[in-house]
Amino acid sequence: MMKWEVVIGLETHAQLSTRSKIFSGSSTAFGASPNSQASAVDIALPGVLPVLNRGAVERAIRFGLAVGATISPRSIFARKNYFYPDLPKGYQISQYELPVVQGGSLTIMVGEVEKTVRLTRAHLEEDAGKSLHEDFHGMSGIDLNRAGTPLLEIVTEPDMASAEEAVAYAKALHALVQWIGICDGNMQEGSFRCDANVSVRRAGEPLGTRCEIKNLNSFNFMDKAIRYEVRRQIELIEDGGRVVQETRLYDPDKDETRSMRSKEDAMDYRYFPDPDLLPLTITPHWIAEVKATMPELPVAKQTRFTGEFGLSDYDARLLTQSRAWSDYFEAALAASGVPDKTVAAKSVANLMTSELAAALNRSETDIAGAPVTPHALAGLVLRSADGTLNNKMAKEVFAAMWEGEGDADAIIDKRGLKQISDSGEIEKIVDQVLSANAKSVEEFRAGKDKAFNALVGQVMKATKGKANPAQVNDLLKKKLAG
Amino acid sequence: MLNFTVKQLAAEIAARRVSSVEAAEFFLKRIKTLGKTLNAFISLDEEKTLVAARAADALLAAGQGGSLTGVPIAHKDIFCAKGWLTTCGSKMLANFTAPYDAHVMEQFNAAGTVTIGKTNMDEFAMGSSNETSYFGPVKNPWDITTVPGGSSGGSAAAVAARLAPAATGTDTGGSIRQPAALTGICGLKPTYGVVSRYGMIAFASSLDQAGPFARTAEDLGLLLNVMAGFDARDSTSLEREREDYTRELEKPLTGLRIGLPREFFAEGMAPDVAKAIDEAIAQYKKLGCEMVEVSLPNMKLSVPVYYVLAPAEASSNLSRFDGVRYGYRAPEYGDLIDMYKKSRAQGFGAEVKRRILIGTYVLSHGYYDAYYIKAQKLRRLIAQDFAAAFKRCDVILGPTSPGTAFKIGEKSGDPVQMYLSDIYTIAVNLAGLPGMSLPCGFDRASLPVGLQLIGDYFGEAKMLNVAHQYQLATDWHQRMPQGIETC
Amino acid sequence: MSLTIDDVKRIAHLARIEAAPHEAEQVLGQLSGIFALIGEMQAVDTAGVEPMSHAQDLMLRLRDDVVTERDQHAAFQAVAPQVEADLYLVPKVIE
Repeated sequence: MMKWEVVIGLETHAQLSTRSKIFSGSSTAFGASPNSQASAVDIALPGVLPVLNRGAVERAIRFGLAVGATISPRSIFARKNYFYPDLPKGYQISQYELPVVQGGSLTIMVGEVEKTVRLTRAHLEEDAGKSLHEDFHGMSGIDLNRAGTPLLEIVTEPDMASAEEAVAYAKALHALVQWIGICDGNMQEGSFRCDANVSVRRAGEPLGTRCEIKNLNSFNFMDKAIRYEVRRQIELIEDGGRVVQETRLYDPDKDETRSMRSKEDAMDYRYFPDPDLLPLTITPHWIAEVKATMPELPVAKQTRFTGEFGLSDYDARLLTQSRAWSDYFEAALAASGVPDKTVAAKSVANLMTSELAAALNRSETDIAGAPVTPHALAGLVLRSADGTLNNKMAKEVFAAMWEGEGDADAIIDKRGLKQISDSGEIEKIVDQVLSANAKSVEEFRAGKDKAFNALVGQVMKATKGKANPAQVNDLLKKKLAG
Repeated sequence: MLNFTVKQLAAEIAARRVSSVEAAEFFLKRIKTLGKTLNAFISLDEEKTLVAARAADALLAAGQGGSLTGVPIAHKDIFCAKGWLTTCGSKMLANFTAPYDAHVMEQFNAAGTVTIGKTNMDEFAMGSSNETSYFGPVKNPWDITTVPGGSSGGSAAAVAARLAPAATGTDTGGSIRQPAALTGICGLKPTYGVVSRYGMIAFASSLDQAGPFARTAEDLGLLLNVMAGFDARDSTSLEREREDYTRELEKPLTGLRIGLPREFFAEGMAPDVAKAIDEAIAQYKKLGCEMVEVSLPNMKLSVPVYYVLAPAEASSNLSRFDGVRYGYRAPEYGDLIDMYKKSRAQGFGAEVKRRILIGTYVLSHGYYDAYYIKAQKLRRLIAQDFAAAFKRCDVILGPTSPGTAFKIGEKSGDPVQMYLSDIYTIAVNLAGLPGMSLPCGFDRASLPVGLQLIGDYFGEAKMLNVAHQYQLATDWHQRMPQGIETC
Repeated sequence: MSLTIDDVKRIAHLARIEAAPHEAEQVLGQLSGIFALIGEMQAVDTAGVEPMSHAQDLMLRLRDDVVTERDQHAAFQAVAPQVEADLYLVPKVIE
């Protein structure tokens, strides 16, 4: 049987983190009471007019710079005409023929493989309101608070070949928009929404008919929805059917996609340039100004972390998974006071990628809400680097810090967790252990390497884990050889 | 009071020889009698009017009045006025009380003028005869069996019949100039962007522009001084230094080059109109002007171009009237789409629906390039024709309308004939230029003829100078329809 | 390109305007006349001409990103056809 190929392109709506709406002075704050943030412009009273928010354009420029795209010196706002109760004007102001951002790309990791996803464009547009489907005597309720919220719609080329790749791209984009401070990334509140265009074809054949899947408001749903849709299309074709181009909605409760009735006749949007808005002009000077305020981007940071601090590629990627992670890393590193940056960086990285990551995972918190601050972690790093704590002790101190028992030094004091690095003291204990474990000594000499580990374990046990493991190793080796 | 110009009435009120309340009561009384016959107004709110008049009198008593404080003005019912019924001549908005003021209303309120009422108009400003109003046709005070022109027919009739010394209007394809011509008064459409469109219910956004009606060019200048001004809420509002539009009124016209477009005089003008225009040209020659023949070769296409672009924009602008947040909702309907379709079918009149359908068609898939883009390209050619003409002249002169006021019902069954009556005015909107109409005579039926002046961009003051000098030499603007003194 | 009755029905649906069959016929007649007038445009060669969307060739003015609006829903909803719990009510929206 012929192998199937999957072709996926994503369209992402990132809600831009402006204070006010894209064409009005209404607040964009989430969760306000219904229609309390819907101004005359947002509810499209007769006679009102749009005025573009500079902050929205600036965020689009930031995005364009971050993905190496062309920022159009002149772009056009167009009206997309269709009737829907959450669309008060009967048209959405969007960009059509000349979008603000053109081209660019995003490099993602699919497992351990690097892949580049090309972007087609990114354009500014306004969000619609919300239809609430609770039953009001068989009617729907319309809340227009969200109407006019600025969105950047980011469109890829059909460059992804699996649900895994699509999710990896979506995650990378999600991290990037937060990294450059243009979107809060809150998927529960709908700040970052993806639609997937999915088609399948037999290897070597032309592109198949695509379906657009909406409502992918978590990475998990995206994964499941695409997998379902791929299966559906393949089964359909193998059973002799044809894929119909349509918009489908993912239903997470049933784990399936279904056709959206409401979109069936909305295909003729009658786009035309909005006569209320003149062409948007972005000067090289403005782009330069925005560039000057851009944070160091993830890829540049990774390169610096590996080059400057000798971190592994793996660690560098983990630490640049989000702006919050890299900020945490750099803050802890700066506060540690350890003279050797390479040692300090390795220590911070280890604690973050093991202890911190695990604790965050267990408590389902994100790094911004971690009870151990970068400064607190720095205190722990210092005590590891200066030999006060061994690895095992460091873990214990971290756990205590997480539980709110105070800073590293206070916990070390309270628990008496000083590593024994006095060689005389360690030698005494080593001697005791050797004489009490004659059997292990014999076994070691007979070639059983495992016996050595048992002896190390006995020394550590005798010191309640406080002995400096490196010194214990050295001494044991010396004594056993002698 | 009856024949006071805005300037005269303002002076009387400022000198406290007439109170603002007296002026308001005088005109309200006329509106309630003669105004009813003419159907010139859609709504009055005497209480609001008198409150504003009293406030104006108090301001004047405190010595804080401005140049137009206390003067009553009638406003076209297309401007949102807070607390006022604002219908746009449509059943769709028959119960719509505006919750905010248009920029134009804010400007007039700040100047201390008094809103005397909201005037009748073609529904959503779509019409050239004021017959498409949901509130019935307006009658021309010169002959109540004829139309006053449109779409600002109520404002024009009100000023002509001395129901108000001045009024506001809007002009998308001639809706100020043509009714001014047909009712024997003056009306001016400024350069696109001079007056903010905020709060003015949109018909065709790239063409709409508000302007004043009055009986003299001088009054138009005073009114434009109030209406014009930058407004940050309109992205197409122009950021320019404030100017005094009356500053050039008294300049002599010696050496002025008046452009006469060959195409304006080629054919189509009624003989009486042609005669009156010729006499006006002779008058201007006497005033020392030089006549220059210019050409606007693409002007003949302005009507087709307009009837693509204006309906296209309108079809989109009028989508917000969906029965959801305000306006008419059909009393009975099935599902959502049925609610939309019935509300819009019942809430809009035939002409509005016709234009929405034209606009929807020309924007729809497969037709956009052939119609919309083609029309936009021709729009540029038309604008370039004017640019070339203004290299050779200071102001362009011609008729405002090919004929005088026609009978009510005469053209309402034939949209194409109706559309062609805007042949001389539409190109000005397409180019975004300022234009005005002023009375220059009468036809054999004693109906007024309008003379159109077209200025270069921001040439309003020059245009008003040209009109004012003519009015100093002639008295057409002082003629009054018969039988309106007492009512 | 002459207009057909199906075109009229299609655009009436797109424009969300109910049109009974006899109305559609009447509208078709009127629109055909208007499109004959509009068709005159095709006589002029416009190759190479830049379409003109605005009267002035200016650039867009931008607003600073500040919140300037306050809650006015009570005033706005006073003119709404049907409101409940501060929401505009419409016939059930089916997605």
